[in-house]
Amino acid sequence: MNQQVTIDNQQTIGSILASQRFDVDRSIWSERLHEATSHDVEVALASRPGSYSQAKLLALLSPAAEEYLEQMAVLSRELTIQRFGRAMRLYAPVYLSSYCVNRCQYCGFNHDNTFARVRLSVEEAVAEAECLAAEGYRDILLVSSEDRAFITVDYLAELASRLKDKFSYISIEIFQLSAAEYKQLFDAGIHGVALYQETYDREVYARYHLGGPKANYDRRIGAFDDMGRAGMRDLGLGVLLGLADWRIDALAMAEHASHLMRRYWQSRVSFSFPRLRPACGVPASEFPHLLSDTNLVQMMLALRLCFADSGLVLSTREPARLRDQFMKLGITRISAGSRTSPGGYTDPEKIGQFDVNDSRTPGEVVAAIKKCGLDPVWKDWDNVLW
Amino acid sequence: MDKLTIAGRTFDSRLLIGTGKFSSPRVMAEALAASGSQIVTVALRRVDIDNPADDTLREIDRDRYLLLPNTSGARDADEAVRLARLARAATGIDWVKLEVTPDPYYLLPCPVETLKAAEILVKEGFVVLPYINADPILAKRLQDVGTATVMPLGSPIGSNQGLKTRVALEIIIEQSVVPVVVDAGLGLPSHVAEAMEIGADAVLVNTAIATANDPIGMASAFKLAVEAGRKAYEAGPRAPQHKAEASSPLTGFLRES
Repeated sequence: MNQQVTIDNQQTIGSILASQRFDVDRSIWSERLHEATSHDVEVALASRPGSYSQAKLLALLSPAAEEYLEQMAVLSRELTIQRFGRAMRLYAPVYLSSYCVNRCQYCGFNHDNTFARVRLSVEEAVAEAECLAAEGYRDILLVSSEDRAFITVDYLAELASRLKDKFSYISIEIFQLSAAEYKQLFDAGIHGVALYQETYDREVYARYHLGGPKANYDRRIGAFDDMGRAGMRDLGLGVLLGLADWRIDALAMAEHASHLMRRYWQSRVSFSFPRLRPACGVPASEFPHLLSDTNLVQMMLALRLCFADSGLVLSTREPARLRDQFMKLGITRISAGSRTSPGGYTDPEKIGQFDVNDSRTPGEVVAAIKKCGLDPVWKDWDNVLW
Repeated sequence: MDKLTIAGRTFDSRLLIGTGKFSSPRVMAEALAASGSQIVTVALRRVDIDNPADDTLREIDRDRYLLLPNTSGARDADEAVRLARLARAATGIDWVKLEVTPDPYYLLPCPVETLKAAEILVKEGFVVLPYINADPILAKRLQDVGTATVMPLGSPIGSNQGLKTRVALEIIIEQSVVPVVVDAGLGLPSHVAEAMEIGADAVLVNTAIATANDPIGMASAFKLAVEAGRKAYEAGPRAPQHKAEASSPLTGFLRES
C-alpha cells in the first residue's frame, strides 16, 4: 500500500490520464459507460453521498443513470444545502482583451476572425469593474484571451491592487501562465484561476486547436499543478461541452480533480459547465457532440454526488429558464448581467466572446435566487487576506 | 440551569449559534431569537465588518447578542491573526473564534497553526475561543497559552454526525480548566443533549438549524435540548450499567437488625 502511494506521488496528471486511456483511443470508456447497468447506478446512489470513486462516477454518468435523474437531483440538492447552505455566490466577469494569438475553432476571439478587437488599459478595466461594484458585486473574474504582449502579469497585479478597495475576491480566466507567474499573481491578491482543458481527447484537442501556445495539449494539462504549487485557493476546471464525448471528458476531469485534491490539499477544486454555444463565426452544427439539457443536468448531478464540497459554477451561456432550475440542483456560484466583450459594461454594443443567453440584470437574477429559497451572497472572502 | 461564564462574562444560554447557510438574514434573525442564544458567531469573510448596514450584521442586535467574529477561511496563523485584528479595529470587539482550516473540504482545524495564532492573539489581548479537533493535549496546550475556551469538534463540520469524538471529548472535559464548547457536527437536538450530559459547558450549532426545513422550529428544539442536557448533567446522571441493579436490593435484609 505505502509503495503504491509513493508511486502515485510521482505520477503526473499526463501519465495518469495516459495510463487510463483518457487521452487517446478512448473506446474502452464508451464500452464501459454503455455496459453500466441500473444495478451499478443503484450501488452508486447508495454509496456515501459526495464521495468519489471512478466506478461510482462512471455509473452516474452512464446512459443507464438517465432513468435516475430525479433521484440524483434530490440527493444533489440535499448535499449542496448541507455543505454550502441555502446560499448562492454571485460573480461577474470583466473582459480585458479580445486580441488572441490562438486559433481555436470554436471561439469568437479566434486569431483568424476579423472583427474590431479591443484591449482595455488598466484605467479602462477599473472603470468596467466600477460598473460592477455599483451593482453590488464584490467577486470579480478577470477574463482575457491570449494577449501576453498586453495583458502581462504586471498589468494584472496593478489591476488587482487598484480593485482592492471595492472587491473582496478576484480570480482570473486567462491564458496559461507559469508557476512563478501564478505565484506573483497570488501575492498580488488574485487567489482563484479557471482554465479549461476544453477536452481531454488529444485527437479532438488537436482538431480544434490549430495554432498558438494553447495548441500544446501536454503543456496545458500541467497548468493546474503550477497553480497548486503557487498556492491558489480555487482551481476551476472545465471542459468545453460539445467538443468530444461529454461522459468520457467528465470522467477524465474527475481524475484530474482527484489528483489535484490529493496533492494540493489546501486548494479547492470547482467545476464549470461551459456548453458550446453559437458565437461569432462558430456554427453550432459543425460540432457532433453537443449536449442536450438532460445530458448537462446529468453531468452536474453526477459530479456533485462525487464531490460534495466542490463549487459548481454556471455562467450566462445558459438561458434564464434553465439557470433558474439549475440553481436548485447543486450550482453554488453564478454570474449575472455579464458582458463578454472588453469594455462591454461601459459600452454594451461591443462584440462578445459568446452570446449571453441570460440577459437579465443582476437585480432580476437576485430575485430569481431568492425565489428558489436561496440567499444571494455577494461577499465570501475578504481583501485583508490578499 | 447554572450560568455559563467565559472570560469573566456570564451568559444564561449555553447555546452558541453560527450565522452561515441561512436562506436569508431575516430567517437567521428569527432563528437566533428562537434559540435563546446570547453568543452569535459571524464569518468575517462573509460580512462587511466595518459596515453596520451589512445585511447580516444589521440583523444581529448587539445589545442582545455578543457578536463573536470568526476567522473562517484562514489557512494559517498569519491569515487568522489578520482577520482578528481587522474585526477588532472595525468593531472594538476583542473576542474571536479562532478557526484555521487549511483543508477546504472537511474544514478540519490545523493544530499547529491554531496554537501559533492563539499565542499571538492572547498576547495582543484578544479573548480567544479556538476551534480544534478533539485532541486533549492540544486542548491543554491552548489552555496553557491562555485561551478563554476550547472548542473541540463532535464530528466534521456540517456533517450532522453527532459525537463521533466522544471518547476524546470526555477526556478534554475531565481535564479542562476553561469552558469546553463542543462545536461542529451536531446535527440533532439529541446530539447536543448528549454533549451537555457528558459535561460540555456549551455547544455551537449552525448547519443543523440553518438548513432545516423550519430553522426557527429547529432553533427552539436545540434550545430545549441544551437545557435538558445541562439539567441532566447537573442532576448527576448515573453511568450506564451492564447488569441489572434492583432499586430494592434482594439481599438488603441481611444488613437489617
